[in-house]
Amino acid sequence: MTPFTRHVGVAVPLLRDNIDTDAIIPSREMRTVSRTGLADGLFAPWRYTDVEARTPDHSFVLNLEVFAGASILLAGQNFGCGSSREHAVWALMERGFRVVIAPSFATIFHNNALRNGLLTVSLDEHLIQGIREWVEVNPQHRLVEVDLEKCVLITDSTHAPIPFVIDSLSRKMLLEGLDEIGLTEQSLGSIAAFEESDRKRRSWVYLSDA
Amino acid sequence: MGSFIVAKTLFDKLWEEHEVETLSERESLLYIDRIFLHERTGSVALNSLLERGREVRRREHTFCTMDHIVDTFPGRGDTTLMPSGKDFILATRSAARETGIRLFDIQDPDQGIVHVISPELGIALPGLSLICPDSHTCTLGGLGALAWGVGSTEAEHALATSTLRVTRPDTMQVLFEGSLPAGVTAKDLILHTIRELSAAGGAGYAIEFSGRAIEALPIEARLTLCNMATELSAFTGVIAPDPVAIDYCKGRQFAPSGSSWDQAVAHWRSLSTDEGARFDCHRRLSIDGLKPQLSWGTSPQYCIAWDDKVPLAGDALTEADASVWRRMQDYMGLTGGSRLADYPIDAAFIGSCTNSRLSDLQLAADYLLRTGHRVARGVKALCVPGSGRVKREAEARGLHEVFQSAGFEWREPGCSMCFFAGGESFGNRARIASTTNRNFEGRQGIGSRTHLASPLTVVASACAGYLTADTTA
Repeated sequence: MTPFTRHVGVAVPLLRDNIDTDAIIPSREMRTVSRTGLADGLFAPWRYTDVEARTPDHSFVLNLEVFAGASILLAGQNFGCGSSREHAVWALMERGFRVVIAPSFATIFHNNALRNGLLTVSLDEHLIQGIREWVEVNPQHRLVEVDLEKCVLITDSTHAPIPFVIDSLSRKMLLEGLDEIGLTEQSLGSIAAFEESDRKRRSWVYLSDA
Repeated sequence: MGSFIVAKTLFDKLWEEHEVETLSERESLLYIDRIFLHERTGSVALNSLLERGREVRRREHTFCTMDHIVDTFPGRGDTTLMPSGKDFILATRSAARETGIRLFDIQDPDQGIVHVISPELGIALPGLSLICPDSHTCTLGGLGALAWGVGSTEAEHALATSTLRVTRPDTMQVLFEGSLPAGVTAKDLILHTIRELSAAGGAGYAIEFSGRAIEALPIEARLTLCNMATELSAFTGVIAPDPVAIDYCKGRQFAPSGSSWDQAVAHWRSLSTDEGARFDCHRRLSIDGLKPQLSWGTSPQYCIAWDDKVPLAGDALTEADASVWRRMQDYMGLTGGSRLADYPIDAAFIGSCTNSRLSDLQLAADYLLRTGHRVARGVKALCVPGSGRVKREAEARGLHEVFQSAGFEWREPGCSMCFFAGGESFGNRARIASTTNRNFEGRQGIGSRTHLASPLTVVASACAGYLTADTTA
């Protein structure tokens, strides 16, 4: 997993609520049995006026020159709801996003993001609106800084840093780029011990390996 | 022995009996009893596992089906309308063979939609923890399983370690007061619930559905209800297993038998919320007089009773809501203040992990038999049984002939038009009455306009040629 410590980048606002993973990456854009080749399909229904011909919709915020190279997405509540497809996270990251800031996230999306080094920051809606207004004056110069070590967002020196909350294990995983499977493999002993005692309580759970 | 016993919710019990280690105040390492994969996202997890030189830790507890990409046309094979679909199918088959997990392949008589076949085969059972890289895994909460959807990376974690690191959700009780009127189904009940609680209303919660109306639901209806807990953004939805649930499991292929069955039943009887147990949140919903529901927007929370008017953006409480409503109505080609019956439909779809079980098909077929109605001219109507078993049982009852003679196509099992699996769609801007679970923009194909409803409402709409409920009963 890509570690995340600190990131500075262009922020782009897409402040709709309930942006679902079908909108982030439609099923038809997931063409290969891999985690790559997804950037072109990101937000395809909104980015293109003709999806098949890939004709860009110049009014869509991600296509605006002022937000070119954006790596921080500002979004509405319940971001990433719907399908569990991890491709939504892979598509965002392949397109260069490292942070999504929203009032709330769907749990599966949040978990998928965390396991790929995409930071999700939950903030009050009015704070996100404030960041948006500040950024929109000059997005290419008004860069947003996200510091995971200090757990703050920094816009400019005249504004106080905005603190955000993330649980300590998630923070550690992101900062160190930990391989979660490797981490859990250290617990294989206690997993085997659990199974041994669980078999006594719930023998019916354990199927034979035919 | 002390007399003090802490009263626990059903979810507390399910959580605690799967706890291998406590990782932090809110996070635990949970034991995963069953893993189910499918060719869309399961193939990625299996490939990734193999690439990193890891093995499936408990292959006897791991299952896989072909449902998300496979075509549903009669005589189908590995090739799909979606150009690269075959790659997913071949990759899944090869990874399943290499890892030794049980695959319900395309020609397997038990093949079908993952959340239809897992209870059918006794792979999902009360009290089991079950994960699948699919958000609708919460369906199995209808049997009293602790089941939830994950991404591919978490699926890989579960394959390698038989566990997941999970943040404990809070608990919510949704208590239904009253009983469902005739002709109003579990689908209407869950659509109404999502409307009341909102699409984010269950975020951070494991929801227990309860009340007399729940106890009265047959198992397949409970599966329909819990299926859409994810549309509330809940961690999962669960219903306490009762004698109806226990009876449902008996004799199923992967269910315990003999003395093992007795032990399981004894355990399942303990799986209910104790008197006086504390939930973090309570919601009561009155359902007396509930009418058949239809969605009008592009999130399942935007539902109305079938004969209500599409809301006027001007009536929204906030300007933000008004702008969302306008945007959705523009996409859906609807005018605020109009009735849904004003809109002709292009297609009708009966299927998906929400509503493709035998009782769903029987309900729709009964309408066709009772009314003698046929699908209206210009409406493309599909019925896709959820599994090979559902299809066989439906055919044994002659339901395929009822559907076909009324003008429905009768297909092979799979996810099908829930999200244009296999690459099939109803066409740009097609208006669809659909028994599926998501009405998101483009979900059923580019520009698709999905109206979610029960099988009864969908069959009535298919025959009317416009959106309506069953008014014949």
